[in-house]
Amino acid sequence: MTRTDNNPQHGPNAVEVRGLVKHFGETKALDGVDLDVREGTVLGVLGPNGAGKTTLVRCLSTLLVPDAGTARVAGYDVVRQPRQLRRTIGLTGQYASVDEKLSGWENLYMIGRLLDLSRKDSRARADELLERFSLTEAARKPATTYSGGMRRRLDLAASMIGRPAVLYLDEPTTGLDPRTRNEVWDEVQRMVAEGATVLLTTQYMEEAEHLAHELTVIDRGQVIAGGRIDELKARVGGRTLRIRPASASDLPGMARALAEAGLDGIAGTQAVPDEGVLLVPILSDEQLTAVVGLLAARGYAIADLGTYLPSLDEVFLAITGHRTADAQDAPPADGQQTGRAGRTDRTDQNTEVAA
Amino acid sequence: MSTATTSKPAAAAAAAAPAGTGPLPGEGRIGLRGNLRHISALARRNVMQLKADPQSMFDVVFMPIVFALLFVFVFGGAISGNGNQDAYVNYVIPGLMAMMGLNVAMGVGVGVNDDFKKGVMDRFRSMPIARSSVLLAKIVVELGRTLIAITILLGVGFLLGLSIETSFTDLLLAIGLSAVFGASLMWIFILLGLTLQNAQAVQGVAMMVLMPLQFGSSIFAPPSTMPGWLQSFTDYNPLSQLADAARGLINGGPVAHAVWVTLAWSLAITVVTMPLAVRKFRQKT
Repeated sequence: MTRTDNNPQHGPNAVEVRGLVKHFGETKALDGVDLDVREGTVLGVLGPNGAGKTTLVRCLSTLLVPDAGTARVAGYDVVRQPRQLRRTIGLTGQYASVDEKLSGWENLYMIGRLLDLSRKDSRARADELLERFSLTEAARKPATTYSGGMRRRLDLAASMIGRPAVLYLDEPTTGLDPRTRNEVWDEVQRMVAEGATVLLTTQYMEEAEHLAHELTVIDRGQVIAGGRIDELKARVGGRTLRIRPASASDLPGMARALAEAGLDGIAGTQAVPDEGVLLVPILSDEQLTAVVGLLAARGYAIADLGTYLPSLDEVFLAITGHRTADAQDAPPADGQQTGRAGRTDRTDQNTEVAA
Repeated sequence: MSTATTSKPAAAAAAAAPAGTGPLPGEGRIGLRGNLRHISALARRNVMQLKADPQSMFDVVFMPIVFALLFVFVFGGAISGNGNQDAYVNYVIPGLMAMMGLNVAMGVGVGVNDDFKKGVMDRFRSMPIARSSVLLAKIVVELGRTLIAITILLGVGFLLGLSIETSFTDLLLAIGLSAVFGASLMWIFILLGLTLQNAQAVQGVAMMVLMPLQFGSSIFAPPSTMPGWLQSFTDYNPLSQLADAARGLINGGPVAHAVWVTLAWSLAITVVTMPLAVRKFRQKT
């Protein structure tokens, strides 16, 4: 069958979804979804619970047959060529899709054999991936004894056995603690560095920003926004700097100083006297530095400061003007308070404000 | 199963290259050797699960012992009429061979119901393997468990005085026939396990079907003492045919009719329920 058309400007698409519809009775889980994932990139699919993320992944991995529309993965149609398609994909679900009664090694060996590797290759690949995912010590223990993070890593390892061209990660870090989440992120970045194309669903803006090159925001089965992360950030705002001056009475003066210097971002600074803090939208590291520098130069005493990313709910509010149906499901605030040191950040390219 | 039949995203659907529904026939098929390899890898998984949970072997180890002792010592004297349990041993043990397959098959339904709720099934179903291989692997391992149960049953039988009046080959034929019929029953219970909501429901339905089939048969007592309406039921009950066939193969006597009827039942059950079970597994979400 024909491969996907190569678009010289953007590179070929590994995943092409057009008008995908999936109904469950009256519920429209997918209501005409279009999206593309370019080869070798990560597309983040951001949406609240029930937005249709998992249904999308299940359609793209041939677990569900869509009611209408088309989807091609590595050039193969999900409905017409499911067998070939299954050879090119790896799937890591929200719930660990490994056999918990089996040991980590047995799980990986079994998948190797199911992917037609020889006994010898299956053994070697199992050993290699357990090593890579730091599971060698627990290799012979049943997966029931694994921690949540270990299980998720085993799940990722299982998806990597066949060196899939396209990897689906369905909320890979939901329910994980921050340290484990970072481990999973590191592994995903390694896979991408090795050339995998990834479709990642997530409820967390921070995760999407950290891993994805492009973002598609879906709600109630429909795409409501999409594009490069920096484009979306310009629309919804990037990080927010939260400054707590030593004295709350300094708030108006600080806001004025930043506005005069043109450092208050697109949406403007916002003083929250009740909490004694000033919120400054930040679009670049340069702007961040300049804001802090200006306030210091003016002699304002700062008691506390930190940056945080908009929550999914805030993103939705910015895009759609309404909150998500399950605003209480937004990630906990401490998951969003990020010390950004030591993390690569390829999305802070928008320097126009500070310039 | 249809694509592009809804009118809504007509423009998008029109962009679809291959029109029509369902997978293209023949493309990417998996050969016999590949299938056998997949089935053996999946059967290995099922064996590993049993190893990880040795209690799951209790049924095939203790069920034949308990049933053999119970029926021979508690009912044996009464059923044979003159307190002669030895004669009853050769009557009931071949009959119980038929029951072993039935009981293992019932467990399959419960196990499938539990197993197929797990995330690992999503992985299997998104992999380039025939989806039927997951079910066939289960059957292979459960057949092994059936054979263990029958072997233990025969062992207890010999201790209780079972004697083979025919040949070793006939004994093997009796075992084989019990296994073949048991395998066909497993498809029914796999179908049940995939259809019903939870393991309790599977167990409930299984008991409802099993009790009359087991006791309304020639397994435990000769139907000649039963009322006429029950006799006609037992005559048509495939378990009676299997029990009679096994009895004939072990004790001698005419067996051809019972053997052929049992094989016909096994084939009919498999032909009907196996495609339904595979279909159900394929479509399960």
